[in-house]
Amino acid sequence: MSSHPGGYYLPAPSHWPIVGSVALLLMALGGAFYINHVAGGGWMLLAGLAVLTVMLFGWFGTVIRESESGVHNKQVDLSFRWSMSWFIFSEVMFFAAFFGALFYTRVLSVPWLSEGDTMKQLWEGYKGGWPSAGPGLESEGLKFTPMEAWGIPAINTLLLLSSGVTVTWAHWGLKKNNRAQLIWGLVATVALGLGFLFLQAHEYHEAYNRLGLTLGAGVYGATFFMLTGFHGFHVTVGTLMLMVVLFRSMKGHFTPEHHFAFEGVSWYWHFVDVVWLGLFIFVYWLI
Amino acid sequence: MNRRVITQALLSLGGLLMSTAARASYELNLRAPQSQLARDVYNLHTLIMLVCLGIFIVVFGAMFYSIYKHRKSVGHAAEHFHENTTVEIIWTVIPFIILIGMALPATKTILAMKDTSNPDLTIKVTGYQWKWGYEYLGEGVSFLSTLSTPRAQIENQQPKDEHYLLEVDQPLVVPVGKKVRVLVTAADVIHSWWIPELSLKQDAIPGFIRDAWFKSETTGTFRGQCVELCGKEHAFMPVVVKVVTEDEFRTWLASKKQGATAAAAENGKTFTLAELKAKGEQVYNGHCAACHQANGMGIPGTFKALNGSPTVNGPIEDHLKTVLNGRPGTAMVAFGTQLSDADIAAVVTYERNAWDNKKGDMAQPAQVAALKGGGSKEAGAPAAP
Amino acid sequence: MAHDAAHDHGHEHHPSGLMRWVTTTNHKDIGSLYLWFAGIMFLVAGSMALIIRAELFQPGLQVVNPDFFNQMTTLHGLIMVFGVIMPAWAGFANWQIPLMIGAPDMAFPRMNNWGFWVLPVAGSLLIISLFLPGGAAAGGWTMYPPLFIQGGMSYDVTIFAVHILGASSIMGSINIITTILNMRAPGMTMMKMPLFVWTWLITAYLLIATVPVLAGAVTMLLTDRHFGTHFFNAAGGGDPVLFQHIFWFFGHPEVYILILPAFGVISQVIPTFARKPLFGYASMVYATASIAILSFIVWGHHMFTVGMPATAQLFFMYSTMLIAVPTGVKVFNWVATMWKGSMSFETPMLFAVAFVCLFTIGGFSGLVCAITPVDIQLQDTYYVVAHFHYVLVSGALFAIFAGVYYWLPKWTGHMYDERLGKWHFWMSTIGMNITFFPMHFLGLAGMPRRTADYALQFADFNRIASIGAFMFGLSQLIFLAVLIKAIKGGQKATDRVWEGAHGLEWTVPSPAPYHTFETAPLVK
Ligand code: HEA
Ligand code: HEA
Ligand code: CUA
Ligand SMILES: [Cu+2]
Repeated sequence: MSSHPGGYYLPAPSHWPIVGSVALLLMALGGAFYINHVAGGGWMLLAGLAVLTVMLFGWFGTVIRESESGVHNKQVDLSFRWSMSWFIFSEVMFFAAFFGALFYTRVLSVPWLSEGDTMKQLWEGYKGGWPSAGPGLESEGLKFTPMEAWGIPAINTLLLLSSGVTVTWAHWGLKKNNRAQLIWGLVATVALGLGFLFLQAHEYHEAYNRLGLTLGAGVYGATFFMLTGFHGFHVTVGTLMLMVVLFRSMKGHFTPEHHFAFEGVSWYWHFVDVVWLGLFIFVYWLI
Repeated sequence: MNRRVITQALLSLGGLLMSTAARASYELNLRAPQSQLARDVYNLHTLIMLVCLGIFIVVFGAMFYSIYKHRKSVGHAAEHFHENTTVEIIWTVIPFIILIGMALPATKTILAMKDTSNPDLTIKVTGYQWKWGYEYLGEGVSFLSTLSTPRAQIENQQPKDEHYLLEVDQPLVVPVGKKVRVLVTAADVIHSWWIPELSLKQDAIPGFIRDAWFKSETTGTFRGQCVELCGKEHAFMPVVVKVVTEDEFRTWLASKKQGATAAAAENGKTFTLAELKAKGEQVYNGHCAACHQANGMGIPGTFKALNGSPTVNGPIEDHLKTVLNGRPGTAMVAFGTQLSDADIAAVVTYERNAWDNKKGDMAQPAQVAALKGGGSKEAGAPAAP
Repeated sequence: MAHDAAHDHGHEHHPSGLMRWVTTTNHKDIGSLYLWFAGIMFLVAGSMALIIRAELFQPGLQVVNPDFFNQMTTLHGLIMVFGVIMPAWAGFANWQIPLMIGAPDMAFPRMNNWGFWVLPVAGSLLIISLFLPGGAAAGGWTMYPPLFIQGGMSYDVTIFAVHILGASSIMGSINIITTILNMRAPGMTMMKMPLFVWTWLITAYLLIATVPVLAGAVTMLLTDRHFGTHFFNAAGGGDPVLFQHIFWFFGHPEVYILILPAFGVISQVIPTFARKPLFGYASMVYATASIAILSFIVWGHHMFTVGMPATAQLFFMYSTMLIAVPTGVKVFNWVATMWKGSMSFETPMLFAVAFVCLFTIGGFSGLVCAITPVDIQLQDTYYVVAHFHYVLVSGALFAIFAGVYYWLPKWTGHMYDERLGKWHFWMSTIGMNITFFPMHFLGLAGMPRRTADYALQFADFNRIASIGAFMFGLSQLIFLAVLIKAIKGGQKATDRVWEGAHGLEWTVPSPAPYHTFETAPLVK
């Protein structure tokens, strides 16, 4: 509704946000019912997710059409860049909470439990050390073997790092308007992402069935699965976004000058990449 | 009607000033300290208050002066000065210096508080929902300390006595002038153990031991409360410490030891159903009624009803196990670490034969001991979900 | 559709009635929505406070049972913080920031709409939780495990509500930061921005940095509750205190999130009514930034009694005390701005003056709490309750009042009823002090927080506090009356409104037209 062409684009009223809110209400209540075994909770949760999906398609579809109709001037583009950067920063802080938990338990609480009066009075004979299932669970005989860093995790590191390369290569293609390079670069990136997810799934299967490493395996299991799990979720989202960008590239969207969607997704992808390096070092390697 | 509220408030304000003038003055300040540490804290607080008061008078003296003088209604014209770095630096540096002056004594006190080395006596304090457990390490003496104020007073059916909510069945007894080290922990949720007069407050963290110390200079009874929200009875688990002379303490300790042996003997005994039910009712009202209610109906949605409960009317083994080991992840804690075998046998028997429950069977202390086996759960260990 | 969306002038064919508010992408509409939401939630959470005060009117249990009492305490705290003060500031940001920096609207109008419309969802989740089996969460607004692990379904609903509130804050903050950084009118350099804009810029940064951490913390609570993790359970090598560290890493910056915009409003109001420029603009900006940075390293002062090592206690004590310095700079600058001004005392100024004075009292009691050995005595007593109500009620809330009275003519186009406004001010200020000042004494004398019943020596002060609370509560009805009166009509407001007012928002007509600064103004 910007009254003069070329001004900052201001969208007309939209019903997508309220649809999203309804989705959240369904998901929150449905989720709460579901985990408390209230009948119908699961369906409510699924309904919420469905509505959310519809909303995402509708909303982003609108934004894409607007973008292609050329109403996004340079200032709008810059807004997108600012917002994506701050969003990624918030994601970093989210992971920081779980890394914090990892360091705290490893450096402080597990040693505290295995020494001095706490050990003598409450957890007689607990040796501590890392990784540990914790005094209570160990005394109940819970055992697990940690994940070997130089197997699947190392391969996954390679996959993600090379996917970082391919997405950059695709970007060069886009900038010199080489569509083939753009599309094949993206195809490769998506493939690597999917490969990562496949191996991760395989790794989880191993952990549960052969290593006894589960969510319930003390703080090690908890931090392991929460960190790698949330990361895996982000890889999934990233891959989906890459697919959308790939699809749009095939439809001929984006120009060498004007392609924020592509850059935003690639930033996100690099962020996921960096988080993985942190995971590989602190969760898999240094134990 | 707003006016009425004001006058009402002002009236009771006046009333208060008189009443406090009459009553002990600690109502306006920290309680009278009973140890060197507490005295340091008391003086530290006084110092900070005075400094702040001073700053307050200066700053707001200036503000209200200018509010009075530099107002439009008295025709004061605005001057337009602003931005003066020197001034800014001055009022950055001066507060900084004042703060250093406050930090120094505080630092000394902190270090003193943290020095729990070579105590004369070590007591393990365990917080339960909603009572305190005391264990005199190396003395073989341990007991639970629960609120002794009758429910009737809380529910306003009886006049409230002087130490309303600050009285317990068995206070912690310690010798005067001795350095007492407390190892504080909890069995279920976080509690916090506090004696204001001795300036000792230590959160009780389930699964961890946190220590602190006090050395009372005077004999007397000091009353504090649990100060970490620990559920619905949080207001009803006071801390009462009785400081006595050295030999009074020795005699008390001796008598306690005898009590312990007596309890042990009881565990070997075999009771009749009637005995168990009678004993069980006492135990129930002391330890279970807070949640499951005297009528066994519990609180729907929060605390399970025992009247007609499948566990209570099921196999006695499972019933005993539930009481012994608790229900993981719920407010039902492991009583195996709190109650004697005899108590558990009694309360289980009572529950199975109280209200509409008519099982008619009974449990004996020996049975409980058998179920406990070798490795009963450690006290500090919260039930793992 | 994208095309007609692009050339649609918005003034015409808009959904009307309820749908206008549901689908709006206009920063003024959304600002009003935020403010109304905050107002309604204030009545809700305030009424809960009155239930608390009614129960505490005298010793013994009269009105509610202890469990319900704790539910009231918990919801009161959660709603006041996340449902009243934060949305109110978001409302101010939406209304004022585009007007103050000469922007046509917020950077992301649609996301702006969603940022608001998830709030009613979270709000209703919290209210609904009251009616679930077992009642609402009763673990305190700080949600400490293991207590929070014990509870029933409503605890999960509370956790999800916190997630959603967080999402709202993140969307709002990203929008505000982007707007401030990217949509300023030509010539509006950073160091020319009004202080309210500066404080919100820094607040938004704090939000984006800490709210995700809170989300992480409550997520761990959820998995500990239902998915067998042991983050906060020693048996599995975790630690209940870990939650406190994570929570307060968010929690302390959070309290500055509540107060920094207040500093901003006060820094607009005082110069206007002192008819004198702010004494130290630059140092105010630096002070705000230093407070924000320091706020990340002081969280341990909420945990002095958990038994942390002496070194940790010392570190957190020193860092906490340090915050008194930049905050002092602000207080001194406000006083210096009044000094030799030409002051008049309309309602906004009255609230601003009360703010400076009473917030400082709250700051001082905070400083007393910062002294670790003293806090060992005060932690979790009513002294803390007194402290934070002085900074939150006579701090954040009074600044909101000041801001509403200050900009109401610009929003509605009518002057509010000055006589009623003054009544509201005096009743609130007197009532607030009668309510919360005695709590200092209660805390010193040893009355614990979050208790439905208390020993007899606390009776007198509790009675007074309860009387004050109802007085304060009722005076809020005057406020309601003032608002409705000003919206319905009243003396026409000029563009400038206040003789001493400066800034872009005063160059547009009152009430501000639906679209402002569609062509950016030039700031010299
Ligand atoms: C708006 C919210 C707000 C603000 C601004 C503050 C500001 C401060 N707070 Fe407060 N605080 C809370 C909200 C807030 N707090 C809440 C909600 C809680 C309880 C949470 C819970 O447990 O539920 C809490 C609890 C709390 C505690 C924990 C108490 C306990 O649980 O035991 C502590 C301890 O250090 C503390 C300290 C401080 C300090 C030092 C400041 C400083 O920022 C104050 C600085 C200001 C001044 C000092 C006054 C002005 C300065 C001058 C005039 C200069 C000269 C002064 C000197 C040189 C002394 N606060
Ligand atoms: C900005 C935040 C904020 C605000 C504005 C308030 C406002 C008030 N608070 Fe709040 N309070 C908190 C934040 C806030 N509080 C927090 C974070 C806690 C900690 C929670 C916890 O421990 O977990 C707390 C805890 C807390 C306690 C301690 C409870 C306990 O420890 O058990 C008490 C007790 O008196 C209290 C009282 C009040 C009162 C009387 C008001 C009054 O100012 C409210 C006045 C408003 C109204 C009354 C509503 C408006 C008027 C009407 C609805 C009209 C009808 C009125 C009548 C019929 C009289 N609060
Ligand atoms: Cu135990 Cu509060
Ligand atoms: Cu704080």
